[in-house]
Amino acid sequence: MAAVHFHNVTLGYDRHPAVHHLNGEVAPGALVAVIGPNGAGKSTLLRGIVGILRPLDGSIHLGGLDSRDIAYLPQSAEIDRTFPISVYDFVGTGLWRGTGLFGGIGKAAREKILRAIASVGLNGFENRPIGTLSGGQMQRVLFARVLLQDARLIVLDEPFNAIDTKTTTDLLALVKHWHGEGRTVLAALHDMEMVRNHFSETLVLARGPVAWGPTAEVLTPENLLVAMRMCEAFDDSATACAADNARSRAA
Amino acid sequence: MLYDALIGPFTEFEFMRRALAAVIALSLAGAPIGVFLMLRRMSLVGDAMAHAILPGAAVGFLLSGLNLFAMTAGGLIAGFAVAILAGVVARSTGLKEDASLATFYLASLALGVTIVSIKGTNIDLLHVLFGNILAMDDQTLLVVAFNATVTLLVLAVIYRPLVIESVDPLFLRTVSRAGGPAHLAFLALVVINLVNGFQALGTLLAVGLMILPAGIARFWSRDLTVMICIAVVAAAVSGYAGLVVSFQTRVPSGPAIILVATVLYIVSVLFGRVGGIVRQLFPGRHLEA
Repeated sequence: MAAVHFHNVTLGYDRHPAVHHLNGEVAPGALVAVIGPNGAGKSTLLRGIVGILRPLDGSIHLGGLDSRDIAYLPQSAEIDRTFPISVYDFVGTGLWRGTGLFGGIGKAAREKILRAIASVGLNGFENRPIGTLSGGQMQRVLFARVLLQDARLIVLDEPFNAIDTKTTTDLLALVKHWHGEGRTVLAALHDMEMVRNHFSETLVLARGPVAWGPTAEVLTPENLLVAMRMCEAFDDSATACAADNARSRAA
Repeated sequence: MLYDALIGPFTEFEFMRRALAAVIALSLAGAPIGVFLMLRRMSLVGDAMAHAILPGAAVGFLLSGLNLFAMTAGGLIAGFAVAILAGVVARSTGLKEDASLATFYLASLALGVTIVSIKGTNIDLLHVLFGNILAMDDQTLLVVAFNATVTLLVLAVIYRPLVIESVDPLFLRTVSRAGGPAHLAFLALVVINLVNGFQALGTLLAVGLMILPAGIARFWSRDLTVMICIAVVAAAVSGYAGLVVSFQTRVPSGPAIILVATVLYIVSVLFGRVGGIVRQLFPGRHLEA
C-alpha cells in the first residue's frame, strides 16, 4: 500500500490552482525529491500532504497514517524566536505524540531529547533560548524535533535553504538515516546536484506534474526546461477548470 | 514606627486585610495570564477586552444595582461573547485576531452605552470604571478567590499547548487539534481575570495588574517559568505597597496599586538584567567566547 496516494489532486488558494491535477503515489520508504521553479506549487503540495491545506479537488490518501505519524518541517516556520523557551524544551515538543497534553517527560524521554540534540551536533546548547541561535543552528534544532517525532512520513520543505555546507552535510546524513530506517521522506529542494546524488526518486512540478520517477530518468534538461516555462501568475479571469486532465493548461 | 506604616493597617482594619487577600489572589492568577498576553503580543487585546466587559457589567448593574453576581455575570457574558466571536472569526477567515477583536469590542461598547442611555438611570459608573478594593465584602472576596483558583487550574491544563502554540503554531496544528481550544480557553481566562480585576481596580485598570507585572518580569529573566514567578511576586508587591500608599496618603487604592507597579516597571526598564537600558549602555567588556 502506498504511503501517499494522490488522486487527481488540485490544491490552491482562493480557487486558483497551485498544484493542478496530480496523480500518483509515493511508495512506503521512498526518498522523494520535489523540484520545480519558484511558485511551482512545491510548498503547496507538501502543505496538502500534511493536511494544513485542503484540496480544492481530488483527494490525498495517506495509507492509514494519521496526522501524528507525519513530521512536517515548513519552509518558513512561523516560529516566534523571541519566546523564552530553551532548545531542550523546544526539541522536547517533538515527543507530543507520546506525551500529549499531560503526559510526563520521564527519565527515558529526557535521555531521548538529549540524544536528539546531540545527534544534530548541538551538545551544550540545551539551555540556550532559541532566540540566541543562528539560522543554521535553528534548522538543526528543527531537525532534532523531527527526529523525536519518530514519524513514518517525513515532509521537509526546502530544508537546506540558506544553510552552510557543513550543516547541510550533517542534516542530509540525517535524512539518509531516516531513509535507511524505512521512513518515507519527501523533500522540496532546489539543489539539483544534491537531488541527483542523494535522492532516488524525483517529482518535477510546475503547477502540473512535469515528470515523476527515478531521478536519473526524470532529471533531464528537457524536463527542467518545461518546468521553467511554467507561467507563475494566476489569471484573475480564468474560467472554471473543465478538463479532468489538463496538464497543458498549467504550462 | 515602621510597623505602624507597613503592617499596622492590616492588623488594625479588616477591610485592609480583605483588600490584601484580594490583591494576592488577583496577582496569583492575573500575572501568569499577563505573561502569556505579553508573549503572544496580545497586551492591548487585554485592554480591548476590558472595554468589551464594561457594557455587560453596566447592564448587570442597571438590572440589579450593586449586585456583584449580576455585574460579574454580565461582564463574563459580554466578555466571552466578544472573545469567542472574535476568536472564531479570526480562525475561520483570514482576518487577523486584533482586527476582528476591535470590531467586536467596539460593537459591545456601543451596545452597552446604548442600553445604559435608554435606561437613563444616573448610575455610579465610577465604581465600575475604577473599582474599590477597600469595599470588598466576604462574598466578593470569595468570588475573587474562586475565579483565581479556576484560572490556575485551567492554565495548568492548557499550559503545554498554549506554550507550543505561542512558539510554533504551525507545528501544533500538524500534531494536534488542541491549539484552537487552548486559545479559546486562554481568552476565556483573560475575561475571567478582567472581571475579577474590576471588582478591585475597575474595568479600566484591571488589565494593569496583569500586563505591568509581565512587563517587569520580561526585564529580569529569559525563562518562562521564572518570568511567571517574577510577575506574580511583582504583582503582589505592587498590590501590597499600593494598599499601604493608599492608606497613608488617601490616594484611591486602584490607581495607587497601578502606580507602584509602574514605578517597578520603570526601575526594571532602567536596571533590568535582560535588556535593561543601563545594562545596554554599560555592558562591560566583551567576553572571550
